[in-house]
Amino acid sequence: MEAPQFQRLAERDRPVIRFVIDGRSCEALAGDTLLTALLTNGRRLRSSEFGDGPRAGFCLMGTCQDCWVALDDGTRLRACTSFVADGMRIVTPSTST
Amino acid sequence: MGDRPPIVIGAGPAGSRAAVTLAAAGLAPIVIDEAPASGGQIYRRAPAGFTRPYRSLYGFDAAKARRQHEMFDGIRSSIDYRPDTLVWDLKPGALHCLAGGQSREVPYRDVILAPGARDRIIPFPGWTLPGIYTLGGAQIALKHQGCAIGRRIVFMGTGPLLYLVAYQYAKAGGGVAAVLDTTPFAAQRRAVPGLLRGGGTFAKGLWYVAALRARGIVVANGIRPVAAEERDAAVSAFVYRNAAGKQRRLACDAIAFGFGLSSETQLADLAEIPFAFDPVQQQFLPERDSTGRTPVRGIYLAGDGGGIAGADAAELAGERTALALLEDRGHDVDKPRLAAIERTLRQSAGFRVALEAAFPFPADLAADMSDETILCRCEGVTAGEFRREARALDADEINRAKAFSRCGMGRCQGRVCGPAAAVVLAAALKLPLERMGRLRGQPPVKPIPMAVVT
Repeated sequence: MEAPQFQRLAERDRPVIRFVIDGRSCEALAGDTLLTALLTNGRRLRSSEFGDGPRAGFCLMGTCQDCWVALDDGTRLRACTSFVADGMRIVTPSTST
Repeated sequence: MGDRPPIVIGAGPAGSRAAVTLAAAGLAPIVIDEAPASGGQIYRRAPAGFTRPYRSLYGFDAAKARRQHEMFDGIRSSIDYRPDTLVWDLKPGALHCLAGGQSREVPYRDVILAPGARDRIIPFPGWTLPGIYTLGGAQIALKHQGCAIGRRIVFMGTGPLLYLVAYQYAKAGGGVAAVLDTTPFAAQRRAVPGLLRGGGTFAKGLWYVAALRARGIVVANGIRPVAAEERDAAVSAFVYRNAAGKQRRLACDAIAFGFGLSSETQLADLAEIPFAFDPVQQQFLPERDSTGRTPVRGIYLAGDGGGIAGADAAELAGERTALALLEDRGHDVDKPRLAAIERTLRQSAGFRVALEAAFPFPADLAADMSDETILCRCEGVTAGEFRREARALDADEINRAKAFSRCGMGRCQGRVCGPAAAVVLAAALKLPLERMGRLRGQPPVKPIPMAVVT
């Protein structure tokens, strides 16, 4: 697994959530936002559409719109204001969609 | 006009207090909140199942946060509270809101806008790299999710939030590499007399600095950001110039930065409230008087969404504004209470000025932004492209510059790049900032699915 960006400092005693990132099984904790779930499993959420590289969110409060990710059924979610759920299947394509 | 309930948009300190004041008068307001629970950003509630006590989450503000939450929870059953709901358009007499994938038109008689604020930033080379967040974002990661944004974090920028968040991280066991303030120490020393008027706030600030230094954390003033360096597709170091002009490089895996706050003004714009340039905040702000009334009948404005004054002032403004609405509906209100609130709010206005003097927005960082720096992170527009397009097509204000360059045209609608872009443009044209105007809003104020409107 890629080194995680976010580090858990507290609130570790919560039910485990199992979800999938780009086909890879991952774990998060109940109450994690999708952003936290992704960034405790790696260092990026998506790639910029304009070729300037990976992005991993910015404001964490639903303002900057940098953290939009997609489920494998095409549903788009703002990662910082959505909560991770069991069985979620996230795709983070490395080229723009 | 019947007996439509008043609407409050926002449930932070201002909106919560407005709602409680209206409920106490026997009205049952509709309270529309984008978040899943009341508290706004400063008193954001942890998700269900989290166990840290209030003291751990909110520090010195623990008692205030608890009072805010309990006060709002106490009226839940007597109001129409709509969390997880976005007001995406506002027109005379009706607003549109989105909840659970469905949009509803909600007619209104009167509305209190309490949308709050967001971080204010200035781009620097490498700022879009993974691992780089706003100070507010870093605080949310810790407060709301119990996470540090990295293992070894540089805190940079200016403002009280810089010291507060760095201290909160240090106290929670996060790795604070350094706290770097762009404001020269001399400026802060000069601002002390004004800051002392703010009572506890100044003392708290000093306390945070002392506490950080006591942990051996470097706290430096008068710095200039140079660049964030990248390795393995994420931030790996922060390069800056210290007060003596010497270049320094700090290894890090995260940066949290910001230069004060900006008011969220999109709904006020759609409500057709006139705006005026506020020289203290260096932002165009919607006009409101000391009662919270705006020039638009039936529209009121409370809290940081009309000018940054902090959570305590926002609470009082929320109450004052609700009392104005009640007066306008013909209710009797407690006149001495009105006068007392307005007196306190006048004092906080003086403190605002002192705070801006102690932590000035370093506009020169924007004016001097290198051409290669990404200015608009939504659309990938560099400062050089922005300057080039603006000059080539004679853009003389920010909306034309946006139309020609795409800067400000992306998903955030100029929330992130707007303040810095206006300074870049003003400097490129050698004109005063005020002449650049302000980015005009369009609905939807945030991205919504097409299915909602088709």
